Amino acid sequence: MKKSILLASALFAGMFAGSSAQAAGRDYISIVGSSTVYPFSTVVAEQFGKTTNFKTPKIESTGTGGGFKLFCGGVGVEYPDISNASRAIKKSEFDTCQANGVKDIVEVKIGYDGIVFANSKKSAPLKLTRKDIFLALAKNVPDPKGGDKLVPNPYKTWKDIDPALPNEKIEVLGPPPTSGTRDAFVELTMETGATTFPFIHDMEKKDKNLFKATTQTIREDGAYIEAGENDNLIVQKLEANPHAVGIFGFSFLDQNADMIQGSIIENESPTFDNIASGKYPVSRPLFFYVKKAHVDVIPGIKEYLGEFTSEKAWGSEGYLADKGMIPMDKKERDLFAKQAKELKTLTMK
Amino acid sequence: MDQPEKNPTIDKVNRGLKRRYRAERRFRILGATAILTALCFLFLLFFSIVSSGYKAFEKTFIQIEVFFDPAEFTNENLAAANFPGLIKASMNSMFPEVTSRKDKKDLYYLISPGASFQLMKQVKNNPALIGQKELIWVAANDDVDMLLKGNIDRTRPESERRISDKQLGWLDTLAHDGKIKKTFNTAFFTSGDSREPELAGIWGATCGSFYTLLITLSLSFPIGVAAAVYLEEFAPKNRWTDIIEVNINNLAAVPSIVYGLLGLAVFINFFGMPRSTPLVGGLVLTLMTLPIIIIASRASLKSVPPSIREAALGIGASKMQMVAHHVLPLALPGMLTGTIIGMAHALGETAPLLMVGMVAFIVDIPHGFTDPATVLPVQIYLWADSPERAFVAKTSAAIMVLLAFLFLMNAAAVLLRKRFEIKW
Repeated sequence: MKKSILLASALFAGMFAGSSAQAAGRDYISIVGSSTVYPFSTVVAEQFGKTTNFKTPKIESTGTGGGFKLFCGGVGVEYPDISNASRAIKKSEFDTCQANGVKDIVEVKIGYDGIVFANSKKSAPLKLTRKDIFLALAKNVPDPKGGDKLVPNPYKTWKDIDPALPNEKIEVLGPPPTSGTRDAFVELTMETGATTFPFIHDMEKKDKNLFKATTQTIREDGAYIEAGENDNLIVQKLEANPHAVGIFGFSFLDQNADMIQGSIIENESPTFDNIASGKYPVSRPLFFYVKKAHVDVIPGIKEYLGEFTSEKAWGSEGYLADKGMIPMDKKERDLFAKQAKELKTLTMK
Repeated sequence: MDQPEKNPTIDKVNRGLKRRYRAERRFRILGATAILTALCFLFLLFFSIVSSGYKAFEKTFIQIEVFFDPAEFTNENLAAANFPGLIKASMNSMFPEVTSRKDKKDLYYLISPGASFQLMKQVKNNPALIGQKELIWVAANDDVDMLLKGNIDRTRPESERRISDKQLGWLDTLAHDGKIKKTFNTAFFTSGDSREPELAGIWGATCGSFYTLLITLSLSFPIGVAAAVYLEEFAPKNRWTDIIEVNINNLAAVPSIVYGLLGLAVFINFFGMPRSTPLVGGLVLTLMTLPIIIIASRASLKSVPPSIREAALGIGASKMQMVAHHVLPLALPGMLTGTIIGMAHALGETAPLLMVGMVAFIVDIPHGFTDPATVLPVQIYLWADSPERAFVAKTSAAIMVLLAFLFLMNAAAVLLRKRFEIKW
């Protein structure tokens, strides 16, 4: 008994020593952040690990906000080197970074992701506008009887919103509030859809908080179902329930084109080309952020940036496009590749 | 002779007899139904996992003839050689009629991007290959694999499947020439994670699980047993030990994510241990399994009859000798069973590992306690979340492997109990 206790404590002490020795130098890149960027950055990391002599970077999918929290924790090997994000860094996050000594951050935009509305192939494709989506999903909507008044959402079927839409119950499966996809979806569709009403549009200047509450609150009476972060699950549920509509990233539509179809939004269907050209209205930029102070400390960061910003990765024919990422146009790619190469520091006022 | 019939008690018993038999029958049927329902669910679970996962144990290969052009190998560094180019050249010579840029891209798509790494490895192991022409089986792309396994329906319109009509034609030609084969998927058991379903394997996660559990076992077993022995054999029975006992029982019921948060705060933020390593994961799981092991060990110590202790003390053994020489060896099988069940519990845990960064994409196989690693259930979670359809089968296959490990561990626990348990 004594022996095993001794052994255990020796092991414990050994591990502490080992861990602190390890912490002194990390020989692999540590990446955190968005689950939307995760499938793309992992491909680059794998390619990077296999074609260079550097170790394969470690990538955690923590969500955009969670990623910045870790990233902005400070400078040193115990903090991540790169943070993936499905939106630009917020001022508050930037300030946290500065306060913790993470002064120089390099922003690299990598491409776009389309957010699609889709339903099962068993029913007809939906033709929606962003106004329809706002009316279908907002908690409070303008009174259908007229007047500049908000009433609790009375719409039960798609037909109630627009007679041209099918007479089916509104049933939308989408991501929970913790998801970056949800943030982007609310901002890109709900908000834009809401501002088609002049009085809501005016609200933005008069009462910012009320405007936010009106445009960003999703109804809670069962029409919108939070289906979790797993997009595969949403796809399976759509297959089982032909009347439901799902919200998820473009790559899942791309992979499941035999089961589901994208809804046409403002006369544009969510295809690769339409998102790339900016015709499809619901798409958002993807980024990653690099800690400049780590660049010469952790081996391989520059080379990883080089791999990510190479044409064979993020180009219009690159392997990221094969995985469903929508590439930027050539001019933008050149600009960001140059910035990444020069490690241009992000400034924010 | 008439007397028993006049006995009112026996009449009462006889009257109620049928009802009592009925009640028993009802209860038996209820019990049998409960078991049957449970079995049904279990069967359903296994059926759904096995039916969607068994295909992942097979992998599709395509045979190509590669010419290791010496002109490509002028650089010292092997990785600099254009291996994808070699594969493309080989595909071009097989299908010389394909000329347009887009068609060529579709043609190259049939071969897994991992094939170039396979060639690189072959050349590394056998530099004599340079300058040779060689027939090589390389992995097919996951969509090709899915098609040949029947998961892509070729009768669907072209726009709805990920393999175009032209690609179907090429594949049929290849199949006709005997250049497509399906074999056992050894890569699944020998490689680490990958974003290409045809290259992804569970060996990395298995190693991670092994290192993590090794830490957990080597810490939680001695600490748990020592705590149990002290509490059961040495500690005085007073209010403090009562409080400790209540708390241990409470800790066993604490949701595991709480241990993850604790681990994040203590091991990573305070002690500065590296994130995503088996070291931190193992420590967190130690915290989680400790209460289970302490409770099981105490129960097993309690079941050793007092006569053993009295006999040992009676012939002059010290308390320490009594515990070490007599009680502990008798209680050990029960303790081991508890430990194995605790370990099985730890093997299947993901939530606390989420907080310490073990839910991560890690390609390199971990070789120690401080290498970044993930564990088997986390690998399942990551694959279940991947957009590529071929990962569905991989997920189920990984679940099968995890279940196999759990079966083994539980079987070991049962075996130990059967073999060494002493009935008093």
